[in-house]
Formats: sequence, C-alpha cells, structure tokens
Amino acid sequence: MLHIENLAFAYPKGKALFKDLNLTLEKGNIYGLLGRNGAGKTSLLKLACGLLYPQSGSIHMNELAVSNREPAFLSDIYLIPEEFSLPDFKPEEYIRRYSVFYPRFDASYLEELLKEMEVDYHQALNKMSFGQRKKFMIAFALATRVSLVVMDEPTNGLDIPSKSKFRRIIASAIDEERTFLISTHQVRDLESLIDPLLIIDDGRILVNAGLEKLSQLFSCINTAKGEHPRGEILYREKIFGGEYLLTENPDGTENPIDFELLFNAVLHESAAIINRLNA
Amino acid sequence: MEFRDKQAIYLQIADYFAARILDESWLADEKVPSVRQLAVELEVNPNTVMRAYTHLQDSGVIYNKRGIGYFVDPQAKSRLQENLRDKFIQEELKSVFQTMTLLGLKLSDLTPYYESWLTEQSKQENKHENQQ
Repeated sequence: MLHIENLAFAYPKGKALFKDLNLTLEKGNIYGLLGRNGAGKTSLLKLACGLLYPQSGSIHMNELAVSNREPAFLSDIYLIPEEFSLPDFKPEEYIRRYSVFYPRFDASYLEELLKEMEVDYHQALNKMSFGQRKKFMIAFALATRVSLVVMDEPTNGLDIPSKSKFRRIIASAIDEERTFLISTHQVRDLESLIDPLLIIDDGRILVNAGLEKLSQLFSCINTAKGEHPRGEILYREKIFGGEYLLTENPDGTENPIDFELLFNAVLHESAAIINRLNA
Repeated sequence: MEFRDKQAIYLQIADYFAARILDESWLADEKVPSVRQLAVELEVNPNTVMRAYTHLQDSGVIYNKRGIGYFVDPQAKSRLQENLRDKFIQEELKSVFQTMTLLGLKLSDLTPYYESWLTEQSKQENKHENQQ
C-alpha cells in the first residue's frame, strides 16, 4: 500500500540521510520501525506522509504520489508525531473542526476510545498532561479510520496501564484494510504486537521481515540460564553470569525472537544477518 | 497474560487451548473466543492468534464454521491426550526416571504418593461440587 523507491534525501547543508532507500508496506500489518538515534526514523515517517520532499526517488501510497499532497491521500493517512502542541480547544471543538477532513471519521468509536483510555473530555487540550494529549491523539487517529496510521514513539509518556490499553486498542483496530507504522525505542512495550519488523540503519532498510521468518531463521540463547547454542553463533553480548547469543536456528523450530538482541546483532553483524534473511 | 520466553507465542496460545479442553472447561462443539477477542485479551497481534488457530485447526483441535466462528472439535480431547501422552512419555517421564535413579527410588516407592495425591484430588473435587 506504501511504496518507497530509490529514495534519496538530505536536509539542507546536511549529509545525505538516505541514498537509495526502498521499502514496501503491505496492508493489514503492524510494522515496527527500529533504528538508532539519528538513523532517520522520524524523517522517513515525515517523507511517507508528504511532510518532506525527497531529492530523488518516489513515494506512493495506493498509487498516489505523496508529494502531490492530494486530498485523496491526505484524508487517508494520519501521523502522530512524537511531540506536538495542541490548541486551546476542548476535545469536542477539536473534533468538530478536524474530523471533517476524514470521510470515514467515526465519532462514536472516538468516544469509546476516549472512555477506554480515560481521557478527560472537559479539559482544554493544551492544559492536558503530555500523556493525556498523546492518548487523545491516538484515539483521534484511530477514529479517522484512515488506511495508514503512522506513529512516532506512541508509548512515550503513557503510564503503565495506558500502555496495556494501547496494545489492546491496536490489536482490536488492525484489520485487512488498515496498516500501522510505528517507530519506537520502547521495544518491550510493543514486542507482542509488532509484525513485521523493520530496521533502518546507514540510510537503508536493513530488515523488513515477518516474525515467522525471523523466528525460523534465528534463535536467542541465554547461556546464563543454562541454554546451549545449537546453531552457528552470529552475535554475542556479555550478560551477568554468561552470554546472550543470537545464533542460526538449526532446525527451523520457531522460538521467540528478542527484538533488542536482534537489533544489536543487525547493527554489529549486519552482513551475517542480512545474508541469511535474503537467502 | 505473561508469555514465557522459550516458546513461540502462537504455540503458547495453542497450549492454552489444550489445557482448557483437557480440563473440560471447554467442551466439544463449544464456541471458542474469536481471533480478535483473544488478540485484544492477550494484547498480541491478531496475525499471531490467527496462526495459532490455523495450527489448532490443522491438528483437529478446533473447527471453523464460516461466518460464525471457531468451535472445539468433538475429537479434540482424545487427540490432545494421545499427543500429550507421547510427549509426556518421551520427555517428562525420562527426566523423572533420571532423577529416580539418582536418588535410588524404585517405581513401587512412588505408589503411596500417587494414591494419596488421587485421594486429595477427589476430596477437593467433592468440596468444589458441594459449594456449587
């Protein structure tokens, strides 16, 4: 549903952030985008939403070039930035003014979400705490019923029960027609939801793979817990009382993949990991 | 639900089904939660739950009625018992035998413990029924 081809991008006077980036998102998935600080996660999200223009290459969503910013595209995508300010409106005023841009906007669903996330309906948006504002934006984004919701660090600022509610809401909101693209450092918050996993580094998408494939290819072995590697060791980390290893999965029996370990492995031993993914 | 680290989540979901069916909290032809209901309850990706359901369907534990939902297969319990019996004998029993050998225990030494465990269980069941 989203196609990025041969994307090149640099900020004015900056060095090239992306030189030849390619990425295709299929609908019906919850994509998790991981990358170290400065890898260009937020820039990539902005490019996907048409908020930045590429120097070369193309970005299309459902056949529409995003840089044309046509209403048909803008009314079908929603970006929740990591930080944002909201006007001095009460939620109902905000909803009245902004919901009209989204033809499939579902007001009763929004009400349901705000209730579930315990957002105070009567407080002005700019007086709300960061967490409350974030929850309001998440609810509003889902209620637009757009095809692609892009979220930059959505769990930042959410308290512990809100994180759990966020996961429930995302699990119930995803369907064949909708796609979520979530950039995050809080891997643990979203580990059970993300599939497929995207890893960006050095100006390229290094990994775009479903969980099933990842867990058939790799194993995470904790020798401090008495586990023994059975396949070739691809990456190792020292931990208290032993080592944490990413190994080849010798027999394809699926086991859970620790995203943090895989992420570190991709940053340090990218060739070994990527060759196996592309084999 | 807290997930253990050593097994893929979809297999843990399948184990959860097996446990419900073996202890008869879910009976033959009873409707099971929908994919979405379970995904929301467990806070996991619905695709993961879908994989568990496909796996359970392939192994004859649940069946699908189009447009209505998933149900417990009438043969589910006996199939699961058969599979798990094999697994128990192949894996768990082996380690029990190993420990028994290390500790110098004979099979007959265990009989009284097994019998008192059975008595205890039936007492608890009676108590439970009386409360109901």
